[in-house]
Amino acid sequence: MTSGGIRRSFTATAALALASFGSVALAAPGPWQLNMERGASTWSHVPYHLNNTALAVCTVIGMLVFGAMFIAMFRFRKSRGAVAEKWSHNTTVEVVWTTIPVLILITLAYMATGGLTTWADTTGSQMTVKVTGYQWKWRYDYVDYMGKSIDKVGFMSKLDTRSDQTRQLGSGMDPFAVKVGDENTYLLDVDKPLVVPVDTKIRFVITSGDVIHSWWVPATGWKIDAIPGIINAAWANFTTPGTYRGQCAELCGQDHAFMPIVVVVKSKADFAKWLAEQEAPSAAPAPAPQTAQVAAPVAGKQG
Amino acid sequence: MSYAATHDQHDDHHGAPKGFFQRWCMSTNHKDIGTLYLIFSLTMLFIGGSFAMLIRAELFKPGMQLMQPYFFNEMTAMHALVMIFGAIMPAFVGLGNWMIPLMVGAPDMALPRMNNLSFWILPFAFALLLSTLFLPGGGPAGGWTMYPPLSLQSSSLAYAVFAIHLMGISSIMGAINIIATILNMRAPGMDLMKMPVFVWSWLITAFLLIAVMPALAGAVTMLLTDKYFGTNFFNPGGGGDPVLYQHIFWFFGHPEVYIMILPAFGIISEIVPTFARKPIFGYKAMVFAIACIAFLSFIVWAHHMFAVGLPLGAEIFFMYATMLISVPTGVKVFNWVATMWGGSMTFETPMLFAIAFIILFTIGGFSGLMMALVPADFQYHDTYFIVAHFHYVLVTGALFAIIGAAYYWMPKWTGNMYSEFWGKVHFWNSVVWVNVLFFPQHFLGLAGMPRRIPDYNVAFANFNMISSIGGFLFGATQLIFVGVLIHCAFFSKKKATDRVWEGAKGLEWTIPSPAPHHTFEVPPVINDDELAHGHVND
Repeated sequence: MTSGGIRRSFTATAALALASFGSVALAAPGPWQLNMERGASTWSHVPYHLNNTALAVCTVIGMLVFGAMFIAMFRFRKSRGAVAEKWSHNTTVEVVWTTIPVLILITLAYMATGGLTTWADTTGSQMTVKVTGYQWKWRYDYVDYMGKSIDKVGFMSKLDTRSDQTRQLGSGMDPFAVKVGDENTYLLDVDKPLVVPVDTKIRFVITSGDVIHSWWVPATGWKIDAIPGIINAAWANFTTPGTYRGQCAELCGQDHAFMPIVVVVKSKADFAKWLAEQEAPSAAPAPAPQTAQVAAPVAGKQG
Repeated sequence: MSYAATHDQHDDHHGAPKGFFQRWCMSTNHKDIGTLYLIFSLTMLFIGGSFAMLIRAELFKPGMQLMQPYFFNEMTAMHALVMIFGAIMPAFVGLGNWMIPLMVGAPDMALPRMNNLSFWILPFAFALLLSTLFLPGGGPAGGWTMYPPLSLQSSSLAYAVFAIHLMGISSIMGAINIIATILNMRAPGMDLMKMPVFVWSWLITAFLLIAVMPALAGAVTMLLTDKYFGTNFFNPGGGGDPVLYQHIFWFFGHPEVYIMILPAFGIISEIVPTFARKPIFGYKAMVFAIACIAFLSFIVWAHHMFAVGLPLGAEIFFMYATMLISVPTGVKVFNWVATMWGGSMTFETPMLFAIAFIILFTIGGFSGLMMALVPADFQYHDTYFIVAHFHYVLVTGALFAIIGAAYYWMPKWTGNMYSEFWGKVHFWNSVVWVNVLFFPQHFLGLAGMPRRIPDYNVAFANFNMISSIGGFLFGATQLIFVGVLIHCAFFSKKKATDRVWEGAKGLEWTIPSPAPHHTFEVPPVINDDELAHGHVND
């Protein structure tokens, strides 16, 4: 890296560190990103704030404990003539340093439990999308929207061609050159993204057609496994239109790294238009393949 | 203590056998078997380490440069299996074999022939496991956790399963031996509550091993029958449940991670008082904390599964139980610091590794606490944050403790002092590069890089490159360790005294250096003042 590059990197670091600590929603990971992103859904601040709180608590405890240790290492060294004392017990301090952590833990547990309970509540959703993991792509089926069922909108979503060509062993292509506009989308772009409306509580029902995958868009604040034979549910309510990128987060075989997730969040009007286009007969979707409830035995496939 | 006196009355008609095969392959001597375990473990450390080097080389920059993704997956799976079952666990068994009889005043392990068998199974188990890399279908590539249905796609599943069965048999026999030795072979007067903390930690660890290795054996056997005998334990198409495997696996897997850290706690509890020249703070609390952690380890397994879609109640229970572990663990860390406080410290290599352990293991503990919080774990799970966490507890935790233990007891084993200068060179390089290696992985995970991927978006490029550089240098640094070991064993001119360290206490320091082939054939007379914990009244 050139010195200009280094300077730019430092500026970028400072900007990004500031940005990520200052609760700006990041649609995709940034270079030198240091902290978790704030996310772009109504719930995603929960893990973000828990992360920051727990990190702060740990930092303070660490400074106290390691500080005491370094003072001890400085003050009580033999080379400074320290003579070892004989005591090996002190009930008071032992009670104190057992009780204080318990109190801190209760506080953290209280915060986490509240956030977890809201996460687990998928009732009152205005839209349902079924997500199915396959080796190595995702399938999205739109189930219902605003109380109306949708039965013909569904499609596969797999790694975009540029990334796929670049990522081949010995391709000689530069990952830094895979861009959409200014944004590098290497391994984070798909041929057909999931499109959803903003300000809508979307219930995702997630399963798999072969092995276990995990559907993760950091902007939602959560990931959940896609498991054959099991349908998991989770929800997200995006607050800002934009393009949010994620990846499969459970090892699923050789191309585990190459099945990204892209969610495009549109305004409600734009989404309605998009949905109407999809529902039009001309855009008849490919027939849905077999899905997990009737998972075929997985045998012999090289994973 | 009157070891020398008793030894003089004893003609040495049974020293070490002369022939190489007789001495090493047929050995029933706890010291020789301990040495075998330690050499085996060091070999595996370098084999597993070479896999890690390949992983870091591929991750050096974005784009696929060196290997196909499937081979990368073989490397991640084999790196973990080799390091866990081949490097860390046998190293602790080796240290236990060498030191437990010496620490409790026993002439040998309780079951010496079984001891031989439990070691000699291991080379065969690992030959079987490593041979899969040369088979047409390749080695296991579904991660060391071998989650079905993915692991059922591997053509070398049977090899991996049989290798794990063998390792399990070896571990269980080793654990039985250690329990039998500690409970039956202590010298008269070596009460349980006077035992060194290392012995306590191994006693508790051995119970964990016996409890959970069968669960692993059961889980992998079900994988085997699912693949080859038409059962459907984990196949949803036949009414099975892939999540069942994860429950059984982690019922083994979580105690397993404590199997890899409790003996390390024991080692640190030996080293810190020696070099602080002060008895360990709160001996009873230390023992109780280990027992507490061991108990809790059985009821936290599903914290590895927060993202599989557990019911709300289960997530809350496992979150609380997991958070609770930080209390006894915190007590241990505080007690080590309190042991240093008011001491008279010197900083030889074992102490440096112990201090690095306390700080860096605690950092691993902090990230562990963060991960216990379920909503935050929804983000951390299966990212490089997790990778950073478990390498902080396993490398700067377990491995640093093992290396510290090797420096600490090496003079007793070889009769020679190691080179303090090169020991310190090894330490400082290790501690710097291991942090360059693993600390940036926290950032990668928080920024959203999943684990077990051979290629990544360019946003992750900077920290991956730093991490890889740290990895190569950390790996190279361990060659210094080998140099120090060889020098100490064969070339060092500086003879070790019996006591070795000024502040060392306990039975193992009352015998000559190097430790004779047979020790404590007549039980030593226990003098409480000579023990590290001879007068425990708190």
